[in-house]
Amino acid sequence: MTAPSVTMKRASEDTARAKNMQEALAGYGFISPALAVIVVFIFVPMIFAFIISFTDWTGLKPVNEAQWNNFDNYRKLLFEDHPNRDDFSRALKNTAYYALGVVPTQTALSLLLAVIVNQKFLRFRGFFRTAFYFPSITSAVVIGTIFLWLFNRDGIINRLLIGISGGSYRPVTWLNDLNGVIHNVFKVFGLTLQTAPPWMRQTEIFGQSIWQWLSGPSVSMLAIMILAIWTTSGTLMLIFLAALQDIPTQLYEAASVDGANRWQQFRRVTLPLLRPTTFFVVTIGLIGTFQVFDQIYVISSGAPAGTTVTIAYLVYTTSRGAASQSAATAFMLFVIIMFFTLIQRRLMGSRSW
Amino acid sequence: MTATTAAGSANTTTNLRTSSEVFKKVRIALTYGFLLLFGLAMVMPFIYSVANSFKTLPDINANPSLLYPTQGVSVEGYRKVFTQDFPRWLLNSIGMSVTLTITHLVFDSLAGYALARIKFPGRGIAFTALIGTMMVPGIVLLVPRFLVLKQLGLIGTYWGLILPAMTGAFGVFLMKQFFESIPPDIEEAASIDGCGRFRMFFVVILPLAIPALTALAIFSFQGSWNDLTGPLITVVNNRDLWTLQLGLALVRGETGSALPWDILLSGAVITTLPMAVIFFVFQRFFMESATYTAVKG
Repeated sequence: MTAPSVTMKRASEDTARAKNMQEALAGYGFISPALAVIVVFIFVPMIFAFIISFTDWTGLKPVNEAQWNNFDNYRKLLFEDHPNRDDFSRALKNTAYYALGVVPTQTALSLLLAVIVNQKFLRFRGFFRTAFYFPSITSAVVIGTIFLWLFNRDGIINRLLIGISGGSYRPVTWLNDLNGVIHNVFKVFGLTLQTAPPWMRQTEIFGQSIWQWLSGPSVSMLAIMILAIWTTSGTLMLIFLAALQDIPTQLYEAASVDGANRWQQFRRVTLPLLRPTTFFVVTIGLIGTFQVFDQIYVISSGAPAGTTVTIAYLVYTTSRGAASQSAATAFMLFVIIMFFTLIQRRLMGSRSW
Repeated sequence: MTATTAAGSANTTTNLRTSSEVFKKVRIALTYGFLLLFGLAMVMPFIYSVANSFKTLPDINANPSLLYPTQGVSVEGYRKVFTQDFPRWLLNSIGMSVTLTITHLVFDSLAGYALARIKFPGRGIAFTALIGTMMVPGIVLLVPRFLVLKQLGLIGTYWGLILPAMTGAFGVFLMKQFFESIPPDIEEAASIDGCGRFRMFFVVILPLAIPALTALAIFSFQGSWNDLTGPLITVVNNRDLWTLQLGLALVRGETGSALPWDILLSGAVITTLPMAVIFFVFQRFFMESATYTAVKG
């Protein structure tokens, strides 16, 4: 009675084990091609970069001749009055102004477009969606080239502005204007570097004077910001549009029965329900803007006077001749991006993983 | 504005109705006006570029804002582009993007399926590792990836363009999400019929995944076609292996101060054309896959 059942149990255990084994083998078989690529071309490089960021390796001589220099690269980048820190703080300032200008504008604009396109009476909705989305499928190089041409000194943008202003507008050389936008506003009120109070000019925080920190993005950077807003708004609009269409119409009906006008419906129904989407759009906006590289590479290469050098572009330029400094800068950028990503994960909850 | 104040002062229902109708008409007009303005702002740069690419260089410089040529239609820009290295770069771009689209379809769906449905020790770690790479900004990898490619002797080769980009966390994740949405009963039935994992995947699961695979193919093709940094790291020193993006970005620097807008604009048009065709053919998929990104958060 007992003997056969034991053998049967063992047999079924064996088949179960064999089956699990087979499953596991299949699993490894399925995942290993992708995992191999990711390990070799992402993990290994990351570890390698992390290691060289603690050395004095320039990238020119063989790696095995590099010497450890502990935290020197990071110290020069963050804590010492050093040219590396000046470069880094300027790149940080440029990137921060870029993000500060682009993210709120593209978020608000794409939300506005989505709300408008979502209206019931609207016809040709497909046409407008297509038109707004089209820039998103083109490359940074193509858009950069086209903008370079449009924002040319004798280009279409300047001609348009001259036409609109009736000739009172003096053409700006958009892509070669290093003046800060906020400095330009100051100038209107008579505040220039010469008239600025000494505390503004002489107090230095993290490698730059308060006056320098307050420059705003340069006019050239502003042109690149316009390009970024123009490119991304279409995609973000589609994201908002999908979220808007998920809002049950009964909510609006109930609100209108309660006497809420359109604006109140937007404020009290639409905006609160869109909060997760808005949050998502803002964080992917921040993550994207802090990495901006292609547009800079194509349009300005950091000119004029370094006012369009972003952190990512600084990583690129220092990679030749100062590889360990470049790696350390890249890790600072990594930390910034990680910070935004973690905030996003934390606040959005782990809905899908 | 006047309509609403009129409605406020006169309390008769007829007045109210007409005023709200006027208000509605104003709203409709404003909506269309606004959308048209933005639609034009989005589309005009492309229309201007295409129009000017058919002009002579002096004509482009003199009258960029005219949509028609004043000195006759000229294909000079395209002719110059085609006598340059552009045809070669076009082939490189096509070869690279098609190859990478195929590798993404295979690798991403295999890995996505394993993560979604197959139980194996280490699955959690593999998944975390994959997702972790989504947080790594591409630019951070610029230098280290160059070093690894150099160690492997892949700098300046086709393999250097292909190997690092064959798969990506985003595609794997997309496919995983999709496979999780397939009811498990289908697999159970197949498994009772004695169907192994590999056959089940190729015969039962993949045909169900065609919509997701289409989205993945579009994403992958667009990503590889538009990529600048990959080719910039790998083949910048080998002009024969440049892609259209790299070529368009770098020919400008070769020409000195007066920019040859005829070449650059026709180059831009040619670089965009394949993507634009795909976009208009698969429009619905583009719109749907753009919203996938929202779902993925």
